Amino acid sequence: MTSEEIHLNDALARAGVEVVESDLGEFIVQLRGEPPYHLVFPAMHLTRDEIKEVFAKRLHDAPSNDPEELTMVARRQLRQKYLQADVGITGANFAIAETGMISITENEGNARLTAALPRTMITLMGIEKILPRYADLALFLPMLAVMGTGQALTCYNTMYGGPRQPGEADGPEEFHVVLLDNRRTLVLADVEQRDALGCIRCGACLNVCPVYRNVGGHTYGTVYGGPIGSVLTPHLRGLQEWKHLSYASSLCGACTETCPVGIDIHHHLLRNRRNASAPKTGKPDAWQRLLFKLYAATAARPAFWRLATRFGRFVQRFHGLVKGGALDPVRAWTGTRELPPIARQSFREWWKEHGTHE
Amino acid sequence: MSERDSILTRIREALRLQAPARHGRGLPTLVEQRRVLPPVGKSEADWFALFAKNATELRATCKRVQDLGEVTAALCALRDAEGWRRAATHRGPVAAAQARALALPLMVVEDNSEKHALEQCDVGITECDALVAQTGTVLVTSRTTGGRALTCLPPHHVVLARRDQLVPDLPAAMQLVQQKFGDDYPSMISFITGASRTGDIERILVLGAHGPKKLTIFCY
Repeated sequence: MTSEEIHLNDALARAGVEVVESDLGEFIVQLRGEPPYHLVFPAMHLTRDEIKEVFAKRLHDAPSNDPEELTMVARRQLRQKYLQADVGITGANFAIAETGMISITENEGNARLTAALPRTMITLMGIEKILPRYADLALFLPMLAVMGTGQALTCYNTMYGGPRQPGEADGPEEFHVVLLDNRRTLVLADVEQRDALGCIRCGACLNVCPVYRNVGGHTYGTVYGGPIGSVLTPHLRGLQEWKHLSYASSLCGACTETCPVGIDIHHHLLRNRRNASAPKTGKPDAWQRLLFKLYAATAARPAFWRLATRFGRFVQRFHGLVKGGALDPVRAWTGTRELPPIARQSFREWWKEHGTHE
Repeated sequence: MSERDSILTRIREALRLQAPARHGRGLPTLVEQRRVLPPVGKSEADWFALFAKNATELRATCKRVQDLGEVTAALCALRDAEGWRRAATHRGPVAAAQARALALPLMVVEDNSEKHALEQCDVGITECDALVAQTGTVLVTSRTTGGRALTCLPPHHVVLARRDQLVPDLPAAMQLVQQKFGDDYPSMISFITGASRTGDIERILVLGAHGPKKLTIFCY
């Protein structure tokens, strides 16, 4: 995912380098020219038939739509690529300060081969991936597996501390580790939201999020989707431009509840909203404050509320005359959406009529 | 100032600001780790039963055998059943002897690490550094088990493990790595848990994504 963050593939392609994604899901979405749909399952949105179609079109090799046969097509194709490649680029799930190693978690073996066969190995990772001790992996490796894929441990958990050593049979001659900041230090400097850097990219918050499950990974238009993506993206790419992500949430808190590293995700969305509405003064602007004062005054007084509801029902009948136009007081909403009608009968009115029989 | 220095400066500046207390609990200790990891039982027999159960659930084959003679017989049976034509191994005394007993064209990776030749082998036979009961995991390294590709490139990986190599849980495996290698770590340490697999197409499990399709463990 980190390579997508810096558009590495595009840059390499422009420089005339052929780049092949080696994870099966990433390989499939690369063939389709799409970004990944999910942190852990990049091709989750595709059916076997769609995958067969893209294999037939791009690889001219798609014997059937059977997942096993399709996987074997990718296996055959990619084995040749590992053997030919000059450079293997990997990410890292963790790095260990104590031993100077990176740790990669995977099921397929693509990272193992990428780190074994090409002459040069390059690892690109965010600076937040570092754990202090080797022993910490005893907890973090199973935690990532359980929360990410429901396994006790993923198939390969591999630590790399350098290039091939004297006496070792194979391995790259060079090993480079690139540590990427890309505004992560700004998140570190935000003491309220610093814990968001603890994210291990397991994808658990995406899986439980009612919003993600309805709109899907591509709707976000970001590298990191789902709740944690909505927290991080405003920090990484600009608050004003990406603040809408923090509003597209029901704040139900399922993400915070499931997060294995205890990131206060849904409150961070609220904090992003606050920060976006009050960039300088620490207070919302005067117009917003006035509206909310009026709203609070109305909502706290039943008689006012009743009156406002009746008045609203009456004026809404004439809303069609100005809807979406310059005279429409709620045009920011109705320009792209319908304003739901105020119910003909409020609950209190219904209760008066039906609720006191017994 | 280099990029590295400027990143480190930004980190130091940022950390001067104190975070709320709930962030600063520190990472779990060994005792706390064991409290949340799955239980493993007390005796060596429990551990082996757990290892075999976990490995089998991961569709690996795990056999406990009496001696190395039994391993040879089992390997020859596998060779005939799967029609192996070429085998690969490393210079480990047990693995090399067992691989030679197969009487097949044999590639010893320390002598010849040509990757295209290794890709043509039907089986990779290796020793290991440990077995982990808690997760059914085999621990290998680039120094003790024949480099990086041998345990990943051939379609069938056969592991030969001594009984005393079984450790109960992941914290014990991490300790073992640190005790065994200290300050001179191999360039690769890999925890292999079952055969290579993927669920990327409709979340359906397929074995043999890029690495071995089969994993067989003999414990003698």
